[in-house]
Amino acid sequence: MQVPAPFEYERATSVDEAIALLERHGDEARLIAGGQSLLPLMKLRFAEPEALVDINDLTELQRIWIADDQLHIGALVRHSELLASAVVGEHYRILHDAERVIADPVVRNRGTVGGSLCHADPAEDLSAALAAIRGDVVIKSSGGERVLPIRELQTGPFETCIGPAEIVTEIRLPIRASTGSAYTKVERRAGDYAVAAAGAVVTLDGDMISEVGLGLAAVGAPHLVAARAEDAVRGRIADDEAVDLAAQVAAEECQPPTDQRGPADYKRALAGELVKRAMRTAIARCRGQEE
Amino acid sequence: MQVSVKVNGEEYMREIEPRMLLVHFLRDELGLTGTHWGCDTSNCGVCVVQVDGVPVKSCTMLAAMATGHEVLTVEGLEQGGELDPIQQGFMTEHGLQCGFCTPGMMLTARWLLDNNPHPSNAEIREAISGNLCRCTGYENIVRAVRWAADHPRVSETEEMAAS
Repeated sequence: MQVPAPFEYERATSVDEAIALLERHGDEARLIAGGQSLLPLMKLRFAEPEALVDINDLTELQRIWIADDQLHIGALVRHSELLASAVVGEHYRILHDAERVIADPVVRNRGTVGGSLCHADPAEDLSAALAAIRGDVVIKSSGGERVLPIRELQTGPFETCIGPAEIVTEIRLPIRASTGSAYTKVERRAGDYAVAAAGAVVTLDGDMISEVGLGLAAVGAPHLVAARAEDAVRGRIADDEAVDLAAQVAAEECQPPTDQRGPADYKRALAGELVKRAMRTAIARCRGQEE
Repeated sequence: MQVSVKVNGEEYMREIEPRMLLVHFLRDELGLTGTHWGCDTSNCGVCVVQVDGVPVKSCTMLAAMATGHEVLTVEGLEQGGELDPIQQGFMTEHGLQCGFCTPGMMLTARWLLDNNPHPSNAEIREAISGNLCRCTGYENIVRAVRWAADHPRVSETEEMAAS
């Protein structure tokens, strides 16, 4: 039987109370929302927090709304809610593409957007998709609020720059005109982590790629992005040549591990191919030539 | 710590350790062993129960987190001595062999039909993709859910007629 090590359980009823509880319990306390990543880690004793602060009652963090040309997504929005949100699909198809292949519907009913980001799993799809979008994450503490680019949140595998008494409250994604996006993933079986996955967000100015975001999951890309590939095609005409170039550079710059999901060279080739497919779809969607 | 959870319409109060998982609370504290305990890693879905009408994997939720919420287990599917159409569907279409996955499968399927009364076969397969079955190859499970969709409860039929 897998059972977590003993801990104290607290239930917060507001963001301020959650922060106060984190401060009181010190740096061995953890927030728990959906628990779909933290509880398995605790059951395996990879994580042994001394206190859990349950934030599932903070319904003010469960909203999705548009303000100031930004799509705001509360940290406690469940994966299933993100997938069901028409406004999310309207502006960022990449998020619906990614959500369809994250775990399974029952796990998605529980897991949260904020939890996925803070868990910082290098193979996690939503984090790679959000990194491609280049949004911001809002982090609160008793000292106030700070806003950080999503790409700077994760400092390494399962590591973030979030302090012990800080809480992620929402993410903010810019709504850009003339932009298309897509996410594509290869997995061994339904609901599994990616062998490799790629997301693309492409903004066109006429035929030119004026901005591009490329996210990569499970292939050892720093901050889950293919930054050199983005630089290589920004400003180019959005044709097959640009897509092939992005794929080639992305495959070169990622550092996939050899593991039970496949050897490194295979994953590298796969990452390139998936960048190609995601970019093609993103460009087609941007032009309204949706498949 | 004290928890107070409504399970199948009945309020239960228990003194438990905070680390107790919902699946063990249901099985060991309440004796509701219809909820099965399988992989313990949130992969297999045999422990699925509904919390506030939404299926979740009870091996990956603390009992403490269910305080103040309503849990539905397989024991609560039947109403007034009448099986839920999902249960009748599994019987009629032979949707089970060993039966280990069946309770979780049925609670996920009930949720699907509550939200999508006329699902396609693809939608059924997608909905139960977090519930593993090693006997049936899923064919008969899809048929069972289809049967339930085609034979809603009388009360549901009336609701549909009214709307």
